[in-house]
Amino acid sequence: MSAGLDARLVVDRGEFRLDAALRARPGEVVALLGPNGAGKSTALRALAGLESLTGGHVRLDGRDVTTAPPERRPVGMVFQDYLLFDHLSALDNVAFGPRCAGAGRAEARAAAARLLERVGLAAFARARPRALSGGQAQRVALARALAVRPRLLLLDEPLAALDVHTRAGVRAELRRHLADLDCATVLVTHDPLDAMVLADRITVVEAGRVVQEGAPGDVAQHPRTGYVARLVGLNLYRGTAHGTRVEVAGAGAEVALPEPRAGEVFVAFPPRAVALYRERPDGSPRNLWRLRTEGVERFGDQVRVHLDGPLPLRADITPAALAELRLDTGTPVWAAVKAAEVRCYPA
Amino acid sequence: MTPGSPPAEAAPPEAAGTRRAAALRVRAGRFPWPLVVPALIGLAFLVLPFAGLLVRAPWASLGTRLLLPEVRGALWLSLTTATAATAVSVLLGVPLAWLLARTAFPGRRLVRALVTVPMVIPPVVGGVALLLALGRRGLVGGYLDAWFGVSLPFTPAAVVLAQVFVAMPFLVISVEGALRGADRRYEEAAATLGASRAVVFWRVTLPMVAPGVAAGAVLAWARALGEFGATITFAGNFPGRTQTMPLAVYLAMQESPESAIVLSLVLLAVSLGVLVALRDRWTGAL
Repeated sequence: MSAGLDARLVVDRGEFRLDAALRARPGEVVALLGPNGAGKSTALRALAGLESLTGGHVRLDGRDVTTAPPERRPVGMVFQDYLLFDHLSALDNVAFGPRCAGAGRAEARAAAARLLERVGLAAFARARPRALSGGQAQRVALARALAVRPRLLLLDEPLAALDVHTRAGVRAELRRHLADLDCATVLVTHDPLDAMVLADRITVVEAGRVVQEGAPGDVAQHPRTGYVARLVGLNLYRGTAHGTRVEVAGAGAEVALPEPRAGEVFVAFPPRAVALYRERPDGSPRNLWRLRTEGVERFGDQVRVHLDGPLPLRADITPAALAELRLDTGTPVWAAVKAAEVRCYPA
Repeated sequence: MTPGSPPAEAAPPEAAGTRRAAALRVRAGRFPWPLVVPALIGLAFLVLPFAGLLVRAPWASLGTRLLLPEVRGALWLSLTTATAATAVSVLLGVPLAWLLARTAFPGRRLVRALVTVPMVIPPVVGGVALLLALGRRGLVGGYLDAWFGVSLPFTPAAVVLAQVFVAMPFLVISVEGALRGADRRYEEAAATLGASRAVVFWRVTLPMVAPGVAAGAVLAWARALGEFGATITFAGNFPGRTQTMPLAVYLAMQESPESAIVLSLVLLAVSLGVLVALRDRWTGAL
């Protein structure tokens, strides 16, 4: 019998199949990170009991709740657009759960008032949800979910409904609240920044499958799929290492390593480690590829160049360098990367 | 005004600033006569009869006629029975609407069709059917009489039953529409907070569809107030007991048309009064 969440979620829906194992210890925040349509929200709804499983199980603190209806699960959920009840005040929204659990009106309201106080909204107890800002509504929704004393807290894209300006503040706030909790927490997001800041562990889901799992730092350092690599800003390849050279799978290119390796490996290097030349550079760096310009876009104060050829990659250069190189779609270039910049880890 | 001229130019000039703004307004294009002419004829057709009522009303003797005991009795009976019928319709019709909108059972489509039947059959036929079902020798009425000594036909209760029969479908359809339009994710949110399905209905669903319930209740009340055919067939026409306003109007029309006009004016005033009173608060969904 293990504390926290232990689940294997299998949901078959015609073309789409979700099959993901999920664990979260009490007090741990696990982020489900993945592109749209990866099955993250389905997983969350299955954990809440709003969606039936075709296979697998959901155990909470050792208790099997696989077939329990939502109202019988010790689960609290914060929905993407919060879904606060508009006909109730903020206080009564939070008191809703305790009332359903059998608490008297006064008792439920007292508990709700304490929770509102905790999220810093004591002054808004009597406000109607529509009078609250996005960040405030999110905190009321969090307090409402916590009012049922859940053993598992679920957050569906908790920051997606907020505008860019308030997001950073609310994110920091939410992190503080999540850190105080003693229940297991699973949050769903497609934003790597949310996952990195809020979670203790990240589970990457793509097309219904878990493709990578680990601490945020580890996921950022050692991406294992193209999706994660793009999120954390790395060029990523898989191949076979022969000493200090890696033969990249499916491409006619090799990547040189700083030190010898063997077997199946990932190699990764950041776009800013790539130098571009119109003429073949002298002194020949150990990693040099002849590539073709696919496109150019602004990226912060840099310019990101997409290159195609034997080793498709992205390079970040300064606008001045771009002007000097006179790159256009189809322009052939030489791309060089120092071996010391290349990271290599087992596949 | 020529057919092509926009209303803005025809409007009386106001402040200079407004006129300048009007001069720059994009013109509305060809006036849609083929739509407007039938619309105006339709409107006239709906309003003219009331004008007739008002013009022909015996204003001088209005007060004395209103105070006649028959008139007051009929009005009181109409208001109480229509209100009772609305209450019964809400109590039975809202759960029925929930059943149709929120559950799946075999034959649901058939049930839905049956619910709307009273809306389309002639009310007289409804009255006959009620008599055959609940009359003293009816399908159920026979047992009511034999076991409890209860006989429904030709009582005020029969008036209410006849009104419920014709009015409840309006409420059911209105509430079912509101239920279908309501965002079910709020119900899911309530379920994750530990609410049973019954609690979800009372504390989340019902408040969400309250405007639909109110609109349905107003429709049902208006329909019950005007009920004639089923009432006269099933409940009869006994002054003070089952003679509602519509029956009194019809009867008065045979003997003294002026009384009929007065009664009609009263019905019209009551109906309009209720609609206006509820207009903004509840009937937005109507």
